[in-house]
Amino acid sequence: MADDLTIDELYEEFEDLGDWDERCDYLIDLGFNLPQLPDEAKIDPNMVHGCQSNVWLVAEMKPTEPPTLEFIANSDAIIVNGLIAVLTALFSHQTPERILMIEPQEVFARLGLERHLSPQRRNGLYSMVDRVRQLAVEAATNSS
Amino acid sequence: MSDSHLQSPFDVEAVRRDFPILQKLLPKGLSVTYLDSGSSAQKPQCVIDKEAEVYENYYANAYRGVYRFGALVDEQLEGTREKVRQLVGAKQTDEVIFTSGSTMSLNVVAFGWGRRHLQPGDEILLNEMEHHANFVPWQQAAEQTGAVCRFIPLTDDGRLDLSRLDEVLTTKTKLLAVTGMSNVLGTINPVKELAARAHAVGAIIVVDGAQSVPHMTTDVVEDDIDFLAFSAHKLYGPSGVGVLYGKHELLDATDPLLFGGHMIDRVYRDHSTWAAPPAKFEAGTGQIAQAIALGAAIDYVSNIGFEAMHEHDRRLAEYAHQRLNELPDMRIYGPHLEHKGAIVSFTIDGAHPEDLAQLLDRRGVFVRHGHHCTMPLHDLLGVSATVRASFGVYSSLADVDALFDALQFALGRLRLA
Ligand SMILES: Cc1ncc(COP(=O)(O)O)c(C=O)c1O
Repeated sequence: MADDLTIDELYEEFEDLGDWDERCDYLIDLGFNLPQLPDEAKIDPNMVHGCQSNVWLVAEMKPTEPPTLEFIANSDAIIVNGLIAVLTALFSHQTPERILMIEPQEVFARLGLERHLSPQRRNGLYSMVDRVRQLAVEAATNSS
Repeated sequence: MSDSHLQSPFDVEAVRRDFPILQKLLPKGLSVTYLDSGSSAQKPQCVIDKEAEVYENYYANAYRGVYRFGALVDEQLEGTREKVRQLVGAKQTDEVIFTSGSTMSLNVVAFGWGRRHLQPGDEILLNEMEHHANFVPWQQAAEQTGAVCRFIPLTDDGRLDLSRLDEVLTTKTKLLAVTGMSNVLGTINPVKELAARAHAVGAIIVVDGAQSVPHMTTDVVEDDIDFLAFSAHKLYGPSGVGVLYGKHELLDATDPLLFGGHMIDRVYRDHSTWAAPPAKFEAGTGQIAQAIALGAAIDYVSNIGFEAMHEHDRRLAEYAHQRLNELPDMRIYGPHLEHKGAIVSFTIDGAHPEDLAQLLDRRGVFVRHGHHCTMPLHDLLGVSATVRASFGVYSSLADVDALFDALQFALGRLRLA
Protein backbone atom coordinates (compact mmCIF):
# COMPACT_ATOMS: atom_id res chain seq x y z
CA MET A 1 0.00 0.00 0.00
CA ALA A 2 2.67 2.49 0.97
CA ASP A 3 4.54 1.49 -2.16
CA ASP A 4 2.57 3.53 -4.63
CA LEU A 5 0.75 5.82 -2.31
CA THR A 6 0.45 9.32 -3.70
CA ILE A 7 0.36 12.51 -1.72
CA ASP A 8 -3.20 13.17 -2.92
CA GLU A 9 -4.29 9.83 -1.54
CA LEU A 10 -2.66 10.77 1.72
CA TYR A 11 -4.54 14.08 1.82
CA GLU A 12 -7.76 12.15 1.38
CA GLU A 13 -6.90 9.61 4.04
CA PHE A 14 -5.88 12.22 6.56
CA GLU A 15 -9.00 14.26 5.88
CA ASP A 16 -11.09 11.38 7.20
CA LEU A 17 -8.95 10.99 10.28
CA GLY A 18 -9.88 12.72 13.49
CA ASP A 19 -7.49 13.71 16.20
CA TRP A 20 -3.81 13.02 16.68
CA ASP A 21 -4.50 9.54 18.06
CA GLU A 22 -6.04 8.50 14.77
CA ARG A 23 -3.35 10.18 12.73
CA CYS A 24 -0.69 8.50 14.81
CA ASP A 25 -2.32 5.10 14.37
CA TYR A 26 -2.46 5.67 10.65
CA LEU A 27 1.24 6.63 10.60
CA ILE A 28 1.96 3.39 12.41
CA ASP A 29 0.03 1.46 9.73
CA LEU A 30 1.99 3.26 7.04
CA GLY A 31 5.17 2.48 8.93
CA PHE A 32 4.43 -1.22 9.03
CA ASN A 33 3.77 -1.24 5.30
CA LEU A 34 6.86 0.70 4.32
CA PRO A 35 9.01 -1.10 1.75
CA GLN A 36 12.11 -2.48 3.46
CA LEU A 37 15.62 -1.40 2.65
CA PRO A 38 17.93 -4.37 2.28
CA ASP A 39 20.35 -4.69 5.19
CA GLU A 40 23.29 -3.96 2.84
CA ALA A 41 21.87 -0.47 2.37
CA LYS A 42 21.75 0.22 6.11
CA ILE A 43 25.28 1.55 6.19
CA ASP A 44 26.82 4.70 7.51
CA PRO A 45 27.00 6.68 4.25
CA ASN A 46 23.22 6.27 3.90
CA MET A 47 22.48 7.40 7.42
CA VAL A 48 20.58 10.63 7.96
CA HIS A 49 22.06 12.45 10.91
CA GLY A 50 19.92 14.65 13.12
CA CYS A 51 17.26 12.04 13.76
CA GLN A 52 16.84 10.51 17.20
CA SER A 53 16.30 7.09 15.72
CA ASN A 54 18.49 5.56 13.02
CA VAL A 55 17.34 6.52 9.54
CA TRP A 56 18.87 5.28 6.30
CA LEU A 57 17.87 6.82 3.01
CA VAL A 58 18.79 5.96 -0.56
CA ALA A 59 17.69 7.30 -3.93
CA GLU A 60 17.42 5.43 -7.18
CA MET A 61 17.18 7.02 -10.63
CA LYS A 62 14.37 5.44 -12.67
CA PRO A 63 14.70 5.28 -16.49
CA THR A 64 11.40 7.06 -17.08
CA GLU A 65 11.17 9.87 -19.58
CA PRO A 66 12.22 12.25 -18.17
CA PRO A 67 14.16 10.29 -15.52
CA THR A 68 12.66 10.36 -12.03
CA LEU A 69 13.94 9.62 -8.56
CA GLU A 70 12.63 7.03 -6.18
CA PHE A 71 13.45 7.28 -2.50
CA ILE A 72 13.57 4.36 -0.13
CA ALA A 73 14.19 4.96 3.54
CA ASN A 74 13.84 3.03 6.78
CA SER A 75 14.06 3.83 10.42
CA ASP A 76 14.18 1.51 13.38
CA ALA A 77 11.28 3.46 14.92
CA ILE A 78 7.87 2.68 13.52
CA ILE A 79 6.25 6.12 13.77
CA VAL A 80 9.25 7.55 11.95
CA ASN A 81 8.67 4.92 9.26
CA GLY A 82 5.16 6.33 8.95
CA LEU A 83 6.57 9.80 8.44
CA ILE A 84 9.00 8.36 5.90
CA ALA A 85 6.03 6.94 4.01
CA VAL A 86 4.61 10.46 3.83
CA LEU A 87 7.95 11.86 2.68
CA THR A 88 8.44 9.26 -0.02
CA ALA A 89 4.87 9.77 -1.26
CA LEU A 90 5.68 13.44 -1.49
CA PHE A 91 9.07 13.22 -3.18
CA SER A 92 9.28 9.92 -5.05
CA HIS A 93 8.62 9.43 -8.77
CA GLN A 94 9.41 13.03 -9.67
CA THR A 95 12.21 14.67 -11.57
CA PRO A 96 15.01 16.17 -9.49
CA GLU A 97 13.97 19.63 -10.65
CA ARG A 98 10.39 19.11 -9.40
CA ILE A 99 11.66 17.67 -6.13
CA LEU A 100 13.65 20.80 -5.42
CA MET A 101 10.51 22.92 -5.83
CA ILE A 102 8.42 21.03 -3.27
CA GLU A 103 7.63 22.88 -0.04
CA PRO A 104 7.15 20.10 2.51
CA GLN A 105 6.20 22.44 5.34
CA GLU A 106 2.84 23.22 3.77
CA VAL A 107 2.23 19.54 3.19
CA PHE A 108 2.94 18.58 6.78
CA ALA A 109 0.71 21.39 7.96
CA ARG A 110 -2.10 20.28 5.66
CA LEU A 111 -1.78 16.71 6.95
CA GLY A 112 -2.06 18.06 10.47
CA LEU A 113 1.33 16.64 11.40
CA GLU A 114 3.36 19.79 11.93
CA ARG A 115 1.64 20.60 15.21
CA HIS A 116 2.20 17.16 16.67
CA LEU A 117 5.84 16.86 15.99
CA SER A 118 8.16 17.90 18.79
CA PRO A 119 10.92 20.28 17.69
CA GLN A 120 13.38 17.39 17.98
CA ARG A 121 11.31 15.21 15.72
CA ARG A 122 10.67 18.10 13.35
CA ASN A 123 14.44 18.59 13.09
CA GLY A 124 14.77 14.91 12.28
CA LEU A 125 12.12 15.20 9.59
CA TYR A 126 13.81 18.20 8.02
CA SER A 127 17.15 16.39 8.16
CA MET A 128 15.51 13.79 5.94
CA VAL A 129 14.13 16.49 3.66
CA ASP A 130 17.62 18.00 3.43
CA ARG A 131 19.05 14.64 2.43
CA VAL A 132 16.31 14.17 -0.19
CA ARG A 133 17.15 17.56 -1.65
CA GLN A 134 20.85 16.87 -1.58
CA LEU A 135 20.30 13.62 -3.47
CA ALA A 136 18.09 15.45 -5.95
CA VAL A 137 20.78 18.05 -6.55
CA GLU A 138 23.36 15.31 -7.08
CA ALA A 139 21.04 13.53 -9.52
CA ALA A 140 20.38 16.74 -11.41
CA THR A 141 24.10 17.51 -11.72
CA ASN A 142 24.94 13.97 -12.80
CA SER A 143 22.32 13.92 -15.54
CA SER A 144 23.17 17.32 -17.01
CA MET B 1 -3.82 -2.76 43.62
CA SER B 2 -0.82 -3.51 45.77
CA ASP B 3 0.51 -4.83 49.02
CA SER B 4 0.41 -2.65 52.08
CA HIS B 5 4.18 -2.86 52.53
CA LEU B 6 4.41 -0.76 49.38
CA GLN B 7 2.38 2.10 50.80
CA SER B 8 4.33 5.33 51.13
CA PRO B 9 5.38 6.45 54.62
CA PHE B 10 3.61 9.76 53.98
CA ASP B 11 0.32 10.81 52.47
CA VAL B 12 1.14 10.95 48.76
CA GLU B 13 -2.34 12.17 47.84
CA ALA B 14 -1.87 15.18 50.10
CA VAL B 15 1.52 15.84 48.53
CA ARG B 16 0.01 15.61 45.05
CA ARG B 17 -2.51 18.30 45.98
CA ASP B 18 0.42 20.67 46.60
CA PHE B 19 1.41 20.44 42.93
CA PRO B 20 -1.07 22.37 40.77
CA ILE B 21 0.23 20.94 37.50
CA LEU B 22 -0.73 17.43 38.60
CA GLN B 23 -4.36 18.51 38.93
CA LYS B 24 -4.56 19.54 35.28
CA LEU B 25 -6.44 17.34 32.90
CA LEU B 26 -5.27 16.66 29.38
CA PRO B 27 -7.71 16.58 26.43
CA LYS B 28 -10.20 13.69 26.69
CA GLY B 29 -10.06 13.97 30.46
CA LEU B 30 -6.75 12.15 30.74
CA SER B 31 -4.83 12.80 33.91
CA VAL B 32 -1.12 13.55 33.94
CA THR B 33 1.25 10.75 34.87
CA TYR B 34 4.52 12.58 35.21
CA LEU B 35 7.41 10.13 35.24
CA ASP B 36 10.24 12.44 34.26
CA SER B 37 11.18 13.94 37.61
CA GLY B 38 14.77 12.84 37.02
CA SER B 39 14.89 15.35 34.18
CA SER B 40 13.15 18.06 36.10
CA ALA B 41 10.72 17.91 39.00
CA GLN B 42 7.37 19.68 39.18
CA LYS B 43 6.91 22.59 41.58
CA PRO B 44 4.71 22.76 44.66
CA GLN B 45 2.48 25.79 45.10
CA CYS B 46 4.71 27.16 47.88
CA VAL B 47 7.67 27.43 45.47
CA ILE B 48 5.55 29.07 42.79
CA ASP B 49 4.17 31.47 45.41
CA LYS B 50 7.59 32.30 46.79
CA GLU B 51 8.91 33.36 43.42
CA ALA B 52 5.84 35.50 42.85
CA GLU B 53 6.15 36.92 46.37
CA VAL B 54 9.57 38.32 45.51
CA TYR B 55 8.41 39.97 42.30
CA GLU B 56 5.21 41.29 43.82
CA ASN B 57 6.58 42.61 47.07
CA TYR B 58 10.29 43.37 47.31
CA TYR B 59 12.17 42.61 44.11
CA ALA B 60 15.48 44.40 43.60
CA ASN B 61 18.98 43.42 42.59
CA ALA B 62 20.95 41.52 45.18
CA TYR B 63 23.99 42.72 47.09
CA ARG B 64 23.72 46.19 45.61
CA GLY B 65 21.34 48.49 47.50
CA VAL B 66 20.94 49.52 51.12
CA TYR B 67 17.37 50.52 50.43
CA ARG B 68 14.62 48.36 51.92
CA PHE B 69 13.90 46.09 48.95
CA GLY B 70 17.58 45.45 48.35
CA ALA B 71 18.09 44.61 51.99
CA LEU B 72 15.10 42.26 51.99
CA VAL B 73 16.33 40.45 48.89
CA ASP B 74 19.78 40.03 50.46
CA GLU B 75 18.24 38.72 53.63
CA GLN B 76 16.10 36.22 51.72
CA LEU B 77 19.00 35.06 49.58
CA GLU B 78 21.20 34.55 52.59
CA GLY B 79 18.28 32.72 54.20
CA THR B 80 18.31 30.29 51.27
CA ARG B 81 22.07 29.94 51.51
CA GLU B 82 21.66 28.94 55.14
CA LYS B 83 18.95 26.41 54.16
CA VAL B 84 21.28 24.91 51.57
CA ARG B 85 24.03 24.73 54.19
CA GLN B 86 21.72 22.74 56.44
CA LEU B 87 20.47 20.61 53.55
CA VAL B 88 23.97 19.39 52.63
CA GLY B 89 25.38 19.53 56.14
CA ALA B 90 28.09 22.09 55.37
CA LYS B 91 29.97 23.84 58.15
CA GLN B 92 29.77 27.38 56.82
CA THR B 93 27.42 29.29 54.53
CA ASP B 94 30.36 30.72 52.58
CA GLU B 95 30.97 27.23 51.26
CA VAL B 96 27.63 27.43 49.40
CA ILE B 97 27.78 29.03 45.97
CA PHE B 98 24.78 29.76 43.79
CA THR B 99 25.27 28.76 40.17
CA SER B 100 22.96 28.19 37.24
CA GLY B 101 22.79 24.43 37.82
CA SER B 102 24.79 21.24 38.26
CA THR B 103 26.39 21.69 34.86
CA MET B 104 27.82 25.07 35.74
CA SER B 105 28.87 23.89 39.21
CA LEU B 106 30.84 21.01 37.71
CA ASN B 107 32.40 23.28 35.11
CA VAL B 108 33.57 25.64 37.86
CA VAL B 109 35.39 22.74 39.49
CA ALA B 110 36.74 21.29 36.23
CA PHE B 111 38.17 24.58 35.08
CA GLY B 112 38.53 26.68 38.24
CA TRP B 113 40.17 23.91 40.24
CA GLY B 114 41.24 21.53 37.47
CA ARG B 115 43.11 23.96 35.27
CA ARG B 116 44.94 25.35 38.28
CA HIS B 117 45.97 22.07 39.87
CA LEU B 118 46.14 19.37 37.18
CA GLN B 119 49.52 18.65 35.61
CA PRO B 120 50.48 16.53 32.62
CA GLY B 121 50.28 12.88 33.62
CA ASP B 122 47.90 13.49 36.54
CA GLU B 123 44.85 11.31 36.47
CA ILE B 124 41.16 12.13 36.72
CA LEU B 125 39.11 9.14 37.78
CA LEU B 126 35.68 8.87 36.17
CA ASN B 127 33.34 6.03 35.30
CA GLU B 128 31.00 5.29 32.44
CA MET B 129 27.74 5.87 34.28
CA GLU B 130 28.38 9.62 34.61
CA HIS B 131 26.07 12.18 33.06
CA HIS B 132 27.78 14.19 30.31
CA ALA B 133 27.81 17.14 32.74
CA ASN B 134 30.23 15.19 34.94
CA PHE B 135 32.13 13.73 32.03
CA VAL B 136 32.70 16.17 29.20
CA PRO B 137 34.11 18.98 31.43
CA TRP B 138 36.72 16.49 32.69
CA GLN B 139 37.61 15.41 29.18
CA GLN B 140 38.11 19.07 28.36
CA ALA B 141 40.09 19.80 31.51
CA ALA B 142 42.28 16.79 30.73
CA GLU B 143 42.85 18.01 27.20
CA GLN B 144 43.84 21.45 28.41
CA THR B 145 46.15 20.31 31.21
CA GLY B 146 47.65 17.11 29.86
CA ALA B 147 45.94 15.10 32.57
CA VAL B 148 44.47 11.71 31.69
CA CYS B 149 40.97 10.37 32.34
CA ARG B 150 40.68 6.87 33.75
CA PHE B 151 37.58 4.86 34.54
CA ILE B 152 36.42 2.78 37.45
CA PRO B 153 35.14 -0.46 35.88
CA LEU B 154 31.42 -1.13 36.24
CA THR B 155 29.97 -4.46 37.29
CA ASP B 156 27.59 -6.22 34.92
CA ASP B 157 24.64 -4.95 36.92
CA GLY B 158 25.77 -1.32 36.68
CA ARG B 159 27.58 -0.61 39.92
CA LEU B 160 31.09 0.66 40.45
CA ASP B 161 33.35 -2.36 40.77
CA LEU B 162 35.10 -1.43 43.98
CA SER B 163 37.02 -4.70 43.98
CA ARG B 164 38.96 -3.20 41.09
CA LEU B 165 39.27 0.31 42.43
CA ASP B 166 42.96 -0.13 43.29
CA GLU B 167 43.73 -0.75 39.63
CA VAL B 168 42.71 2.78 38.75
CA LEU B 169 42.90 4.80 41.96
CA THR B 170 46.59 5.45 42.53
CA THR B 171 48.87 8.21 43.73
CA LYS B 172 48.61 9.62 40.20
CA THR B 173 44.90 10.24 40.77
CA LYS B 174 44.29 13.88 41.61
CA LEU B 175 40.54 13.86 41.44
CA LEU B 176 37.68 11.38 41.53
CA ALA B 177 34.41 12.58 40.01
CA VAL B 178 31.35 10.48 40.69
CA THR B 179 27.60 10.76 40.68
CA GLY B 180 25.70 10.23 43.92
CA MET B 181 23.00 8.47 41.93
CA SER B 182 23.03 7.41 38.29
CA ASN B 183 20.38 9.24 36.27
CA VAL B 184 19.84 6.12 34.15
CA LEU B 185 20.58 3.03 36.22
CA GLY B 186 19.45 4.57 39.50
CA THR B 187 22.61 3.16 41.07
CA ILE B 188 23.40 4.77 44.41
CA ASN B 189 27.15 5.05 44.77
CA PRO B 190 29.02 4.62 48.06
CA VAL B 191 30.21 8.20 48.22
CA LYS B 192 31.60 8.05 51.74
CA GLU B 193 33.76 5.05 50.99
CA LEU B 194 34.93 6.57 47.71
CA ALA B 195 35.84 9.80 49.48
CA ALA B 196 37.93 7.92 52.03
CA ARG B 197 39.66 5.91 49.32
CA ALA B 198 40.33 9.03 47.23
CA HIS B 199 41.70 10.96 50.19
CA ALA B 200 43.96 8.04 51.08
CA VAL B 201 45.86 8.59 47.82
CA GLY B 202 45.77 12.38 48.10
CA ALA B 203 42.96 12.93 45.56
CA ILE B 204 39.88 15.08 46.00
CA ILE B 205 36.34 13.87 45.39
CA VAL B 206 33.75 15.73 43.34
CA VAL B 207 30.20 14.49 43.75
CA ASP B 208 27.51 15.14 41.17
CA GLY B 209 24.49 15.32 43.44
CA ALA B 210 21.98 16.25 40.72
CA GLN B 211 20.03 13.02 41.31
CA SER B 212 21.06 12.11 44.84
CA VAL B 213 20.50 15.40 46.66
CA PRO B 214 16.74 15.49 45.88
CA HIS B 215 16.25 11.91 47.03
CA MET B 216 18.58 11.14 49.92
CA THR B 217 20.09 12.68 53.00
CA THR B 218 23.29 14.47 52.06
CA ASP B 219 26.05 15.20 54.55
CA VAL B 220 29.22 16.66 53.10
CA VAL B 221 31.02 16.61 56.44
CA GLU B 222 30.05 13.08 57.41
CA ASP B 223 30.95 11.81 53.92
CA ASP B 224 33.98 14.13 53.64
CA ILE B 225 32.96 15.42 50.21
CA ASP B 226 35.23 18.07 48.69
CA PHE B 227 32.91 19.46 46.04
CA LEU B 228 29.21 18.78 45.54
CA ALA B 229 27.01 19.99 42.69
CA PHE B 230 23.23 19.95 42.39
CA SER B 231 20.34 21.68 40.61
CA ALA B 232 17.34 23.34 42.23
CA HIS B 233 14.98 22.27 39.45
CA LYS B 234 15.30 18.60 40.29
CA LEU B 235 14.61 19.42 43.94
CA TYR B 236 11.13 20.85 43.23
CA GLY B 237 12.68 24.31 43.00
CA PRO B 238 12.95 26.79 40.13
CA SER B 239 14.98 26.18 36.99
CA GLY B 240 18.13 28.17 36.35
CA VAL B 241 19.57 27.83 39.84
CA GLY B 242 22.07 25.37 41.17
CA VAL B 243 24.54 25.00 43.95
CA LEU B 244 28.21 24.30 44.23
CA TYR B 245 29.38 23.30 47.66
CA GLY B 246 33.12 23.34 48.17
CA LYS B 247 35.29 22.97 51.23
CA HIS B 248 36.46 26.40 52.28
CA GLU B 249 40.14 25.79 51.69
CA LEU B 250 39.45 24.26 48.28
CA LEU B 251 37.32 27.19 47.19
CA ASP B 252 40.20 29.46 48.13
CA ALA B 253 42.40 27.40 45.83
CA THR B 254 39.86 27.51 42.97
CA ASP B 255 39.85 30.18 40.27
CA PRO B 256 36.59 31.83 39.29
CA LEU B 257 35.10 30.90 35.94
CA LEU B 258 33.21 34.13 35.33
CA PHE B 259 34.62 37.61 35.87
CA GLY B 260 32.73 40.86 36.34
CA GLY B 261 30.62 42.60 38.91
CA HIS B 262 30.26 41.50 42.53
CA MET B 263 33.06 38.91 42.35
CA ILE B 264 35.89 41.38 42.84
CA ASP B 265 37.59 42.78 45.87
CA ARG B 266 39.38 45.65 44.13
CA VAL B 267 39.70 46.55 40.48
CA TYR B 268 42.68 48.60 39.34
CA ARG B 269 43.43 49.85 35.86
CA ASP B 270 45.77 46.94 35.21
CA HIS B 271 44.62 44.10 37.44
CA SER B 272 41.97 42.99 39.91
CA THR B 273 41.69 40.97 43.07
CA TRP B 274 38.84 38.68 43.99
CA ALA B 275 36.30 38.80 46.75
CA ALA B 276 36.18 35.89 49.18
CA PRO B 277 33.87 32.95 48.38
CA PRO B 278 30.98 32.74 47.73
CA ALA B 279 31.01 36.16 45.99
CA LYS B 280 34.17 35.20 44.07
CA PHE B 281 32.09 32.64 42.14
CA GLU B 282 28.92 34.69 41.78
CA ALA B 283 29.79 37.25 39.11
CA GLY B 284 26.98 39.32 37.65
CA THR B 285 23.31 39.35 38.51
CA GLY B 286 22.21 35.87 39.42
CA GLN B 287 18.80 34.21 39.52
CA ILE B 288 17.40 36.24 42.37
CA ALA B 289 13.77 35.24 42.80
CA GLN B 290 14.58 31.70 41.72
CA ALA B 291 17.37 31.30 44.25
CA ILE B 292 15.10 32.67 46.97
CA ALA B 293 12.38 30.21 45.97
CA LEU B 294 14.90 27.36 46.24
CA GLY B 295 14.66 28.05 49.95
CA ALA B 296 10.93 27.31 49.85
CA ALA B 297 11.63 24.05 48.00
CA ILE B 298 14.14 23.01 50.66
CA ASP B 299 11.60 23.79 53.38
CA TYR B 300 9.05 21.72 51.50
CA VAL B 301 11.16 18.58 51.16
CA SER B 302 12.68 18.92 54.62
CA ASN B 303 9.21 18.97 56.03
CA ILE B 304 8.41 15.64 54.38
CA GLY B 305 11.81 14.34 55.40
CA PHE B 306 14.57 12.68 53.40
CA GLU B 307 14.27 9.37 55.23
CA ALA B 308 10.60 9.22 54.33
CA MET B 309 11.24 10.25 50.72
CA HIS B 310 13.96 7.65 50.36
CA GLU B 311 11.63 4.98 51.70
CA HIS B 312 8.88 6.21 49.36
CA ASP B 313 11.33 5.92 46.43
CA ARG B 314 12.34 2.42 47.47
CA ARG B 315 8.74 1.25 47.45
CA LEU B 316 7.99 2.89 44.11
CA ALA B 317 11.05 1.29 42.54
CA GLU B 318 10.09 -2.10 43.94
CA TYR B 319 6.56 -1.83 42.61
CA ALA B 320 7.78 -0.54 39.24
CA HIS B 321 10.16 -3.48 38.88
CA GLN B 322 7.40 -5.88 39.86
CA ARG B 323 4.90 -4.52 37.37
CA LEU B 324 7.25 -3.92 34.47
CA ASN B 325 8.62 -7.42 34.75
CA GLU B 326 5.12 -8.69 34.02
CA LEU B 327 5.61 -7.46 30.45
CA PRO B 328 7.21 -9.77 27.89
CA ASP B 329 10.74 -9.06 26.67
CA MET B 330 11.20 -6.35 29.29
CA ARG B 331 14.79 -5.48 30.09
CA ILE B 332 15.43 -3.24 33.09
CA TYR B 333 18.93 -1.82 33.36
CA GLY B 334 20.84 -1.32 36.58
CA PRO B 335 21.41 -3.07 39.87
CA HIS B 336 19.18 -4.86 42.30
CA LEU B 337 16.67 -2.69 44.17
CA GLU B 338 18.77 -2.48 47.32
CA HIS B 339 21.44 -0.53 45.40
CA LYS B 340 19.21 1.88 43.53
CA GLY B 341 16.88 4.83 43.81
CA ALA B 342 13.59 5.54 42.09
CA ILE B 343 14.77 5.49 38.49
CA VAL B 344 13.84 2.68 36.16
CA SER B 345 15.33 2.56 32.67
CA PHE B 346 14.27 -0.17 30.33
CA THR B 347 13.90 -1.43 26.81
CA ILE B 348 11.41 -3.87 25.36
CA ASP B 349 12.71 -6.10 22.58
CA GLY B 350 11.28 -5.04 19.25
CA ALA B 351 9.96 -1.70 20.46
CA HIS B 352 11.92 1.45 19.73
CA PRO B 353 12.16 3.72 22.80
CA GLU B 354 11.04 6.68 20.72
CA ASP B 355 7.86 4.87 19.67
CA LEU B 356 7.21 3.81 23.24
CA ALA B 357 7.64 7.34 24.59
CA GLN B 358 5.37 8.78 21.93
CA LEU B 359 2.68 6.17 22.47
CA LEU B 360 2.86 6.56 26.25
CA ASP B 361 2.28 10.27 25.78
CA ARG B 362 -1.03 9.44 24.15
CA ARG B 363 -2.06 7.92 27.48
CA GLY B 364 -0.84 10.94 29.41
CA VAL B 365 2.23 9.07 30.65
CA PHE B 366 5.29 11.27 30.34
CA VAL B 367 8.62 9.48 30.21
CA ARG B 368 11.95 10.30 28.68
CA HIS B 369 13.65 8.25 26.01
CA GLY B 370 17.07 8.45 24.43
CA HIS B 371 20.57 8.32 25.89
CA HIS B 372 19.73 10.64 28.81
CA CYS B 373 23.07 12.46 28.40
CA THR B 374 24.97 9.25 29.08
CA MET B 375 26.28 8.08 25.73
CA PRO B 376 29.27 6.19 27.15
CA LEU B 377 26.90 4.27 29.44
CA HIS B 378 24.59 3.40 26.55
CA ASP B 379 27.61 2.23 24.54
CA LEU B 380 28.42 -0.04 27.44
CA LEU B 381 24.84 -1.29 27.67
CA GLY B 382 24.90 -1.91 23.94
CA VAL B 383 21.75 0.05 23.19
CA SER B 384 21.46 3.49 21.63
CA ALA B 385 18.45 4.47 23.69
CA THR B 386 16.37 3.47 26.68
CA VAL B 387 13.05 4.55 28.13
CA ARG B 388 13.30 6.04 31.60
CA ALA B 389 10.64 6.37 34.25
CA SER B 390 11.88 8.49 37.15
CA PHE B 391 9.87 9.22 40.24
CA GLY B 392 9.41 12.08 42.65
CA VAL B 393 7.82 12.82 45.96
CA TYR B 394 4.37 13.05 44.31
CA SER B 395 4.71 9.80 42.38
CA SER B 396 2.27 7.11 43.41
CA LEU B 397 1.74 3.40 42.91
CA ALA B 398 -1.14 4.42 40.65
CA ASP B 399 1.42 6.16 38.41
CA VAL B 400 3.22 2.83 38.08
CA ASP B 401 -0.06 1.16 37.15
CA ALA B 402 -0.71 3.90 34.58
CA LEU B 403 2.75 3.26 33.13
CA PHE B 404 2.04 -0.45 32.93
CA ASP B 405 -1.33 0.07 31.25
CA ALA B 406 0.12 2.58 28.80
CA LEU B 407 2.95 0.20 27.93
CA GLN B 408 0.43 -2.53 27.21
CA PHE B 409 -1.42 -0.11 24.97
CA ALA B 410 1.83 0.84 23.22
CA LEU B 411 2.86 -2.79 22.70
CA GLY B 412 -0.55 -3.46 21.16
CA ARG B 413 -0.09 -0.59 18.74
CA LEU B 414 3.38 -1.81 17.89
CA ARG B 415 1.91 -5.26 17.23
CA LEU B 416 4.00 -6.79 19.97
CA ALA B 417 1.11 -7.91 22.15
C1 LIG C 1 23.33 12.98 37.22
C2 LIG C 1 23.14 14.31 36.58
N1 LIG C 1 24.15 15.19 36.57
C3 LIG C 1 24.04 16.40 36.02
C4 LIG C 1 22.87 16.82 35.45
C5 LIG C 1 22.81 18.19 34.84
O1 LIG C 1 21.94 19.01 35.53
P1 LIG C 1 21.56 20.45 34.96
O2 LIG C 1 21.05 20.23 33.58
O3 LIG C 1 20.52 20.94 35.90
O4 LIG C 1 22.79 21.29 34.98
C6 LIG C 1 21.79 15.96 35.43
C7 LIG C 1 20.51 16.38 34.80
O5 LIG C 1 19.93 15.71 34.01
C8 LIG C 1 21.92 14.68 36.02
O6 LIG C 1 20.91 13.81 36.01
